[in-house]
Amino acid sequence: MMNLESIPIQAFLIVSSSLFCIGIWGLLNSRNAVRVLMSIELMLNAVNINLMTFSSYIDNNLIQGQVFTIFVITVAAAEAAVGLAILLSLYRNRVTVDMESFNLLKW
Amino acid sequence: MSIAITTQTICFTILSLVILIGALGVVLLESIVYSAFLLGGVFMSVAGLYLLLNASFVAAAQVLVYVGAVNVLIIFAIMLVNKKEDLKPINDIKSRRIISTSICLTLLSLLIRVDLTKVWSLSSPNNSIGEESTIRIGEHLFSDYLLPFEVASVLLLMAMIGAIVLARRDVLSKDISTGLPVDQELIEKTSEPLLTNKN
Repeated sequence: MMNLESIPIQAFLIVSSSLFCIGIWGLLNSRNAVRVLMSIELMLNAVNINLMTFSSYIDNNLIQGQVFTIFVITVAAAEAAVGLAILLSLYRNRVTVDMESFNLLKW
Repeated sequence: MSIAITTQTICFTILSLVILIGALGVVLLESIVYSAFLLGGVFMSVAGLYLLLNASFVAAAQVLVYVGAVNVLIIFAIMLVNKKEDLKPINDIKSRRIISTSICLTLLSLLIRVDLTKVWSLSSPNNSIGEESTIRIGEHLFSDYLLPFEVASVLLLMAMIGAIVLARRDVLSKDISTGLPVDQELIEKTSEPLLTNKN
């Protein structure tokens, strides 16, 4: 219990940053709309890892970061449900999931 | 946590490798179904990282909500919209790739630069409250985070109603395939499925 060494916080933060950047890359480069939603989930997970790391390393008595993570998980579940419903509705109107064909709002 | 540091390091290395390689697979693989299953693996490994950070309740919530609900929902969506289609080629795809990749790499280098600074006064996670964290989360949810907790329930209700409204079909007065009037009773009867040979 009293060993003072542990995994450095930087390791967790680097994993989280890399996951976030992979998510952004997928968000920008995917042509399939379902993959865009998956990339958003990856980014939300990266943010959650960040919150949990700081909650465990800095605030390990009042773990407010864990409460924040619970709320982020809630919002992510709601976002996934609504996003996939929008996707189904788009598919019914356009009969494709190609992001390039959803250009109704393009000026 | 009372696990030895070598065990922790080995677990952390394996979990982060699975997370990063799985995430790369999610965005790079050709088949969207493989991406969805890899996404489930990434979610499970993130839950493992939470266990390493002494957060058993959040790890359980991660497995239940992400793997059990979000991933299954994504797989169902893939099943509903999965159609082989030849995507139209974009003419400036190469410049787009270059620009987006450079943006991501720049952001990554900035973030890593910030990560490697040592300005935080850290307490060791070894003397954390451990198993008591579930009790502490419950206390937070019913005292100082009571308002966000209630708002989250309203949010979930709104998301449920919104998803139902967006995803349901318009009620038709005539059957598409046969042209006969549809009876709108709630009791299900045996009839020709509406979507045969459509799509």
